[in-house]
Amino acid sequence: MLTESSILFNKEISPSYRHMRLSASEGFVREAAPGRFVMLRVEGTTDPLLRRPFAIFDADASSGGAVFEILYRVVGKATAILSAKKEGDVLDVLGPLGKGFDLAVPAAEHVLVGGGVGLAPLYALAKELRAASSTVRLFAGGRGRDDIVRAEAFASLGVECHVATEDGSIGERGLVTQPLTRHLESQGAKATIYACGPEGMLRAVAKIAARHALPCQVSLESRMACGVGVCLGCVVGGRRAAPQTPDFRCVCSEGPVFDANEIDWGSA
Amino acid sequence: MSTPDLSVDLAGLRLRNPVMTASGTFGYGVEFAEHMDLESIGAFVTKGLSLKPRAGNPPPRICETPAGMLNAIGLQNIGIDAFVARKLPFLRTVKTPCIANFFGESVEEYAEMAARLDAIPEVAALEVNISCPNVKKGGIVFGVDPACASGVVSACRAETTKPLIVKLSPNVTDIVAMARACADAGADALSLINTLLGLAVDLAKRRPMLANVTGGLSGPAVKPIALRMVWQVARAVEIPVVGIGGITSASDALEFILAGATAVQVGTANFVTPDAAQRVAREMESWLIDNGVDDVKALIGGLDQESGDRGQETENSCGLRPEKNL
Repeated sequence: MLTESSILFNKEISPSYRHMRLSASEGFVREAAPGRFVMLRVEGTTDPLLRRPFAIFDADASSGGAVFEILYRVVGKATAILSAKKEGDVLDVLGPLGKGFDLAVPAAEHVLVGGGVGLAPLYALAKELRAASSTVRLFAGGRGRDDIVRAEAFASLGVECHVATEDGSIGERGLVTQPLTRHLESQGAKATIYACGPEGMLRAVAKIAARHALPCQVSLESRMACGVGVCLGCVVGGRRAAPQTPDFRCVCSEGPVFDANEIDWGSA
Repeated sequence: MSTPDLSVDLAGLRLRNPVMTASGTFGYGVEFAEHMDLESIGAFVTKGLSLKPRAGNPPPRICETPAGMLNAIGLQNIGIDAFVARKLPFLRTVKTPCIANFFGESVEEYAEMAARLDAIPEVAALEVNISCPNVKKGGIVFGVDPACASGVVSACRAETTKPLIVKLSPNVTDIVAMARACADAGADALSLINTLLGLAVDLAKRRPMLANVTGGLSGPAVKPIALRMVWQVARAVEIPVVGIGGITSASDALEFILAGATAVQVGTANFVTPDAAQRVAREMESWLIDNGVDDVKALIGGLDQESGDRGQETENSCGLRPEKNL
């Protein structure tokens, strides 16, 4: 679905991280299942040329007009342009796209693991899980305080948050996988894990989940051109790969959420 | 003024308008049905097909460059059997001609593919890819040497009576020699250009941006090169030429037509706007009406080569008068 959305706010929430709310249709909100994403065209120019993918942080039609939100980090030319956009500016939006989280996996506890901007799709997920009164726990990680974005929004949903930063500026010092491992080892209950963040973190979380024989879904990031499964530019290696028969999966159309067991972490 | 005539004849294939989609940017057509009216364009071209499915190159496969993108997909495709089983049922429901793009790893494979596609009624025409820069076999090796290209085209020609379009690579010393070789070997039309071989570097990591190291450049950045090659080829051969390279608007498309193209293909723009080709076709009709042109065919090859800098003063974006260099 190709639409024009008005920016309702675009504010800095931490150095280089921004939170944007845009107008949407009710149809968009219905389609915006947790884990799905949009392709935004930041400018009608030829440079930057391609759209950029953004996870849907939240989509809501319950209060006032239908809206959706993204959380992004300014990392390059397109996101720098996006960061300068003002309330009332209009963006060309393609989406919601892709396959989101599978919410039908039964679990005594839903464990969300996010690193930096990887927290974005987990908020929509937490909201949906909490709406169904599920127990949700968040492990948020980053290099420092600035990378732990919108943790308070998770807390206000009734999600217990555990924070770890590499510099120790907030939460415990170290990688997010430390408190995650401790929690899983101390607790006999069956959890389902959902993770989004840097590649190294996802690889580590997938390994931990496999060791505890817990189901784990990961939301992947990739350079994309089309977002709709046509350019075949965003693929990742799948687990069924063999030397003569590679197994490539489109992140945009077969993901971005995959079962961690489906991904070849050696190549990813 | 009455509705202008946008139809063109491409080697016996009647197109309702000159706007087609480029191979590799439009899936197998079905993927775009929800984004646009497939019957608003002249024809669409499938992702390059081969006898066996192909997995393609390892990632990362793409990266954006100024006003363009590099790709090294590596001809990933579902193979002709899956195309027949899974894509043809949809193609039967669309009246717009489907042109099958294909390649092989040897002359024999090219010929076998041509024979297979010739037998499929839903395939209106064939486009032979002899120009993919990202794989060692099944592409560029046949597209840089006139004698090799001639061999492939002759072999395909012997297997099909359908319109046979040959897609040319710009990565050659003499595009006209390639064009003539293909025309002499029995091509019904030529399409150009495929992507330009390029490299993008990640300075921080001191590594190439693509796993394949090099990739094919497409998008608005390549348009002037494509226009120049279309203009050179259209003057040199008798068969129709299809212009490809950085088309995002009707004015881009019409520039190719003036340079000698009978039809055009919209490529990378499909990634940016899924209904890009439909928009180009619609804008083209408006342009013809606004400019009092009642038949788009009147514009083909209509470039006035004497008027490079004659008439009113024109400035380019640098504020300099363009130099006359032709």
